[in-house]
Amino acid sequence: MTRASETLAAWLLGLLWILPLAYAGWTAFHPREYSARFVLAAPLTLQNFVEAWNAAPFARYFLNTFLLVTLVLAAQLVLCTLAAYAFARFEFAGRSAAFLLVLVQLMIMPDVLIVENYRTMSRLGALDTVLAIGLPYMASAFGIFLLRQTFKTVPKELDEAARVEGAGALETLWKVYVPLARPVYIAYALVSVSYHWNNFLWPLIVTNSVTSRPVTVGLQVFSSTDQGVDWSIITAATLLTSGPLLVAFLLFQRQFVQSFMRAGIR
Amino acid sequence: MVTARRPSATTNQHVLGWLLLLPAAVLLVTFTHYPTVATLYHSLFSTPKAGRPAVWVGLENYQAMAADPVFWQSLRNNVLFALGTIPTSMALALAMALLVNGKLRGRAFLRLSYFTPTILPMIAVANIWLFFYTPGYGLVDQITRLFGLSSHNWLGSRDTVLACLVVVTVWKEAGFFMIFYLAALQSIAPVLAEAAAIEGAGRWYFFRRVTFPLLMPTTLFVLVNAVINSFRLVDHIVVMTKGGPDNASSLLLYYIYDVGFKFWDTAYAAALTMVLLVILASVAIGQFLLLDRRIHYR
Repeated sequence: MTRASETLAAWLLGLLWILPLAYAGWTAFHPREYSARFVLAAPLTLQNFVEAWNAAPFARYFLNTFLLVTLVLAAQLVLCTLAAYAFARFEFAGRSAAFLLVLVQLMIMPDVLIVENYRTMSRLGALDTVLAIGLPYMASAFGIFLLRQTFKTVPKELDEAARVEGAGALETLWKVYVPLARPVYIAYALVSVSYHWNNFLWPLIVTNSVTSRPVTVGLQVFSSTDQGVDWSIITAATLLTSGPLLVAFLLFQRQFVQSFMRAGIR
Repeated sequence: MVTARRPSATTNQHVLGWLLLLPAAVLLVTFTHYPTVATLYHSLFSTPKAGRPAVWVGLENYQAMAADPVFWQSLRNNVLFALGTIPTSMALALAMALLVNGKLRGRAFLRLSYFTPTILPMIAVANIWLFFYTPGYGLVDQITRLFGLSSHNWLGSRDTVLACLVVVTVWKEAGFFMIFYLAALQSIAPVLAEAAAIEGAGRWYFFRRVTFPLLMPTTLFVLVNAVINSFRLVDHIVVMTKGGPDNASSLLLYYIYDVGFKFWDTAYAAALTMVLLVILASVAIGQFLLLDRRIHYR
């Protein structure tokens, strides 16, 4: 293949790939009559977004999602850091067996254990709370694995130097390991936030009220109510729910792509 | 706070190691290991009903499963769905990575365009595509009309529904997998390409004999992820088809969701989950064996 035909193929594929999003954008930003008609003179409007926003408690859904991703990420960072440190630098009995048991979660994710985890949540009395959505994901095997690999690359001399100066285990972790692993933390945080912002099936199952529903479930409840299908409003709501993440992605594209790359190389 | 002044104190190492691990271990056991074992346990009992506690039924749930045509259909759909999505999205991912790895006009835009679907929630993607597939009105019908074809109910027909879902999934996942190929391509030393150019090797030859073999670990990694995703992700089914028409688009996890949370037959849902767990475990074992072999050959 010549360079020119390669460029052509790349562009055709690129346009094909952006087309769905562009089309959704067209429908959402134009009045209803133009939702499936392409006229260059069609007037732009934000009316669809206003109507969508007023038709369902999206503000509350956004708050719930925000709480969810913050809670999950905070817990993940603390739990995974401590566990990864243990696996990387402590010789304790049963370490390899424990590590294997952690890795089980890479294959058997909470996503597929919905029936039993629902039973557990109902027994804990946690159904229909933001906490219930987040709990199964807080101890993340992926996070533990990623940080363990990173901590293992920290030179032992740095660790020992800190110890000689009288730093305890946690102090050493905080002052030596955590700062050195910063790029990995950022990568992990971006992956985690986008995963939990987008998660749907488990939140759909454990929530059943406005006070705990994240935006993904809220969007589904909103668009599946049978009050006549109005695509202009539904696409507006769809763009609304993915908006914050999409804007963040456009602004920090480089970091996003690099983070996903970093998180993938293990 | 516990201080480990002397790392040589081995009891300290044991205690501290476990203490650090404890919080994560508690949650992992509660939400991964316990439910895995509990699934097996509950699949051997009947579903408790009001006033009737669960009783031991042995393999009855599994016998019911073997005789359940919807289960077999969901399993068959899932295999077809996997066969439809995995090779296509991986091949596209590799092609995309090779394209945007080279020097090319508008490379930044192209990367953006390929990767953006990854950032969107599957639920949002499903909503957008649901609109495209709308008979008579949606984008797909508008395009086919240009070619003189008549309107078609894409999601309402048993023949096309699964293919429609495959298209959505490929669109969503290819850009994600591209990232891993891109990362791997960038780690290949440019010296290799220079040497090959001096030797007069064609680009296709170079790709076949050098690039592709070097990408094998990435291909394996992506493959495992793609297989897991094809059994894990059913958000789009909930939005677009609810498994219909006539279960023609029901996937295994979606059927579990249906049985467990619409009919509340939790014991049968547990038996179905066991099938899913066995599939995922086989993927894990397969990956382990493949990795093993690769290391031996090196």
